Amino acid sequence: MASEYTTSEYIKHHLTNATMCSTDSGVAFNKACADAGFWAIHVDTLAWSVGLGILFLWLFRRVAKNATTGVPGKMQAFVELIVEFVDDNVKSTYHGRSGLIAPLALTIFMWVLLMNLMDLVPVDLLPWIAGLIGQYGFGMDPHDVYMKAVPTTDLNLTFALAAGVFILILFYSIKMKGIGGFTKELTMQPFGHPVFIPVNFILESVTLLARPLSLALRLFGNLYASELIFILIATIGLAQLPLHFMWAVFHILVLPLQAFIFMMLTIVYLSLASEDH
Amino acid sequence: MNFNFTFIGQLIAFVVFVVFCMKYVWPPLMAAIEERQKKIADGLEASERAEKDLELAQSKATEQLKEAKAQAAEIIEQAKKRANQLVDEETQKGHAEREKIIASGYAEVEAERNRAKEELRKQVAALAVAGAQQILQREIDAEAQNDIVEKLVAEL
Repeated sequence: MASEYTTSEYIKHHLTNATMCSTDSGVAFNKACADAGFWAIHVDTLAWSVGLGILFLWLFRRVAKNATTGVPGKMQAFVELIVEFVDDNVKSTYHGRSGLIAPLALTIFMWVLLMNLMDLVPVDLLPWIAGLIGQYGFGMDPHDVYMKAVPTTDLNLTFALAAGVFILILFYSIKMKGIGGFTKELTMQPFGHPVFIPVNFILESVTLLARPLSLALRLFGNLYASELIFILIATIGLAQLPLHFMWAVFHILVLPLQAFIFMMLTIVYLSLASEDH
Repeated sequence: MNFNFTFIGQLIAFVVFVVFCMKYVWPPLMAAIEERQKKIADGLEASERAEKDLELAQSKATEQLKEAKAQAAEIIEQAKKRANQLVDEETQKGHAEREKIIASGYAEVEAERNRAKEELRKQVAALAVAGAQQILQREIDAEAQNDIVEKLVAEL
C-alpha cells in the first residue's frame, strides 16, 4: 500500500476501472470520462478478459490439434479431464441433443475460472506495475492509473455473460416450443385460466428475468466481495500476511466453485428452456 | 462502477469465444476422447476373447496330455505282456531241449550198455568154449559135443 494514500482512497483506487472514451478532443482516459455515460469502455476488464479467453482457447486449441487417440500427454490428459468433467455435467443435466450446450458450458467454465483466478494475484501487484508503466511510459501520475485486474468484479462482464445466456434461453424456448408454446408457457402457468393471464405473465416474466439477473449478480457479488476483502486485508500492515494466506486458501475453493455454479446454472436454465411441458 | 459500452464488447467477445470453442476446440477433443474410448473398449473385448481362447487351448492341452498318458500306459502294459510271453516261451523251449538232451543221453547209455553186454556175452561164450575144449580135449571129441556147447552159448 502506497503511503501517500488514505485507506479509503486506496480502496477506491483499487476498485476503479481503467476507463477509455472518446471526447471532442480525441481519446480520453479515466477522470476525463466521468461524464461519458454509456459510451465508455473499461480497458482493463476488456483486455484481461479477452486475453484470458484467448489464453484458454489457444491452450485448448493447441491440445485439440495435437490430440492423440493413443496414450495422451500430461497436458492433453489435463485438458481432457476438464472436457470430460464438463461433458458429464452437460449429459447428466441436458437431455436434448445440441452441439452448442457443451462447448458453451466449457467456455463459460474455463473463462470464468481463469478470470476468477486473477483474484489470487496479489492485489497491489498489477496496479503497481500499471502505475509504473503509466508514470515512466506516459508521464502520468500513478494515482490516475487504474487497473482492476479481476474482470468478473465488473458488472459489465457478468451481465454480458448473463445476457448471452439469456439470449440462448429465449432462442431455445422458441426453437423447442415454438412462439405459441413459449407464449403459452408465459401466460398460462401456473394458473391455467384465461382470467389469470396478466398475473401469470408477471410471475413468469419475473421468473424468466430473474435467471440472468441472478447469474450476473451472484458472480459479480461473490467476486467483488472477495476482492474487496483482499484489498481490506492489504490495508492492515504486517498482520495481513496470515490473513491474506487464509483468505487466498479459502478462495482456491470459492473461485472454481463460482465458475462451476455459473456453468451449471447455464446448463440447467437451457435444459429448462428446451423441455417441452 | 458504471454500466457502459464494455457490456457490448464483452458480449461480442463471449459470442466469439463460444463460437470458436464450438467450431475448433470441442469437436477435435471430443473426437479424440471418443476414439480412445472405442480403442479401449476394443482392447478390453480382444483381451477377453484372448483369455477365453487361452482357457480353451489349456483345457484342450490337458485333455490331450491325459490321452497321451493313457496311450503310453497302454503301450507299456502291452510291452510287459509281450516280454512275459517271450520269457515263458523261451523257458518252455529250454525245458524241452533239456528233456531231449537228457533222453538222448539215456538212449546212448542204454545202447552202449547193450553193446558191452553183447561183447561180454561173446567173450564169455568164447571163454566157456575154450574152457570146455580144453576139458574135453582130454576126454571126448570136440565135434561130438558141439551141440551142447551151442546150447550153452544160446543160454547166455
